[in-house]
Amino acid sequence: MMRAVCTVFLKEILENLRDRRVILSAFIFGVLLAPVVFAIAASILSKRAVDTLDKPLELAVAGGDHAPNLLAFLLENGVEVKKVELSAEQAADAVRNGEHDFVLLIEEQYVRELAAGSPAPAHLVMDSANSRTTAGAERAQRLLEAYGSQLAALRLMARGVSPDVVRPLDVRTLDVATPAGRALLLLGVMTYFCFMSMLAGGFYLAIDTTAGERERGSLEPLLSLPVSRASLIVGKMLATAAFMSISLLLTLAAFGVVLAFIPLEALGMSANFGLRVILGMFLVMLSFVPLGVGLMTVAASFARSNREAQSWLSAVMFLPIAPIMFAVVSGTKPSTALMAVPSLSQHLLATSLMRGDEIPPVHALVSASTTLAAGGLLVWLAVRLYRREAILG
Amino acid sequence: MIEAEGLSKRFGDVQALEDASFCAADGRITGLLGHNGAGKSTTLRILSTVLRADQGRARIDGHDCALAPLEVRRLLGVLPHASGLYAHLTGRENIHYYARLHGMTKAHAKRAAGELIERLGLDEVADRRTKGYSQGERLKVALARALVHRPQTIILDEPTNGLDVNAVRMLRELLRELRAAGRCVLFSSHVMQEVAALCDHVVIIAHGRVVMSGTPAGILASSGAHDLEEAFVRAAAGEARR
Repeated sequence: MMRAVCTVFLKEILENLRDRRVILSAFIFGVLLAPVVFAIAASILSKRAVDTLDKPLELAVAGGDHAPNLLAFLLENGVEVKKVELSAEQAADAVRNGEHDFVLLIEEQYVRELAAGSPAPAHLVMDSANSRTTAGAERAQRLLEAYGSQLAALRLMARGVSPDVVRPLDVRTLDVATPAGRALLLLGVMTYFCFMSMLAGGFYLAIDTTAGERERGSLEPLLSLPVSRASLIVGKMLATAAFMSISLLLTLAAFGVVLAFIPLEALGMSANFGLRVILGMFLVMLSFVPLGVGLMTVAASFARSNREAQSWLSAVMFLPIAPIMFAVVSGTKPSTALMAVPSLSQHLLATSLMRGDEIPPVHALVSASTTLAAGGLLVWLAVRLYRREAILG
Repeated sequence: MIEAEGLSKRFGDVQALEDASFCAADGRITGLLGHNGAGKSTTLRILSTVLRADQGRARIDGHDCALAPLEVRRLLGVLPHASGLYAHLTGRENIHYYARLHGMTKAHAKRAAGELIERLGLDEVADRRTKGYSQGERLKVALARALVHRPQTIILDEPTNGLDVNAVRMLRELLRELRAAGRCVLFSSHVMQEVAALCDHVVIIAHGRVVMSGTPAGILASSGAHDLEEAFVRAAAGEARR
């Protein structure tokens, strides 16, 4: 029994290592693609955030001569004021065609209204559909409001009223996010990529176990050998598991390398992604491997052909991934009950590892035992299905 | 030695096999003759224990196919109608894999595979991947794989389908050799000439029933036909009318 399992396992490994299609999907696309896409997305995001924070705000002002005090205030606050001569229509066009990011428009009546103590009109022409400039426009808006409050306070004091009268609330925000916590949304997507490439690693092997062998006509002679069907399929599933584990490990390693080059710190984030965390995440996700193998093998054994199996499996692969996507978007927090949900629990545990949070032993225990139990059940089902006569198609 | 008694098998609404009985003795080549869909493959699959008969029983050298399938599979060499080789393995690796699954040690398996490769003239291609093999080379590897454990009983399902003349000749020679060595050879075919040229004993099967069996000469005599083809058509038609 053991020797037959071993023979089948080694043959499957050898055969699949020689199959370029398998190598590409298991060890190249899944492993490299995800970290590279992730790296590009993350570095664009962080670069943009850093750029907009560090760059001095450039503000085109039309009719600035009417408001010398306002200009002085803006200059004091580090704004690069650029005086331009534009009418209201011209300003709108200039913003629309991207000549200026936004334009502050001050009309003649500004002087009159200001002197009369009634609201003085100032127009900020901006394009809210342009995500590149909205952050700058918000900064300009805040500065203008600050200038307004300053004027209001002066006017109140001139009338002998404390400015606090019009400030009944004193709102102060305290941001408690740790740097690693802030990186979480970005890193949460990582477990999703890890699951994807882990499943992709075993994709073709799982198909080959039943539908593939049947289509090639090699299933019937194989089943007429003096080896129990259980040993055959267990050997094959072990090979599938080995490919999945290696894909997973390679993906995590690739992430480790990639994250070292992403300026997450510049975003005020820190990725907790040392060797220990990588190994920890590997162990956590490894507990999902039997479930993945069982799920894909069972799905493939119902398919009548290779192609049908591929369509089935592509759909089935999203079963474990769906809860992760949901959790990433909604920011689900770990709890003992959620640890009973395979794939979601691995995601939550892996995320905790990356945050540097402590993991309650009971969480790890519940996650591992429920996931392994579900995996065992599916593996058992796969063996049962392999014993059917209908497996010959 | 193959003994089949009253084999029946049903797939859903289709009665693939009904009360089929026949015998295939050692030192003889037995042909299972029938149209496509007559029940030949089903019969062979029951004998190779891949399927279980609903009724009746089959024995290989006294071992019951349903009760002792592992023992039966040890005694059998099976060549199914698709060669079913692993394209990414070499011919030698394909043969070696089966030898190992038959429980041979590594050294023994290596020796047995080497002997068959030499015997079948596969030396030149044996260490290439089977992806690029010709039909004849595929058949040879599949045959070597079926014979690697020196089975006493050999079952072949439509072995000559899609083969060129040379490959067919090679196959016939090999089957005669096996007969001379006292093995029991059972093969299925829907080609008359093939059966006439090779078989000592013919079992004609139609609509899941054995309609006639005996030596080619005996069948001609009892059916009153001029040739085996005529006899086969008459027997099959007679069964259809029932």
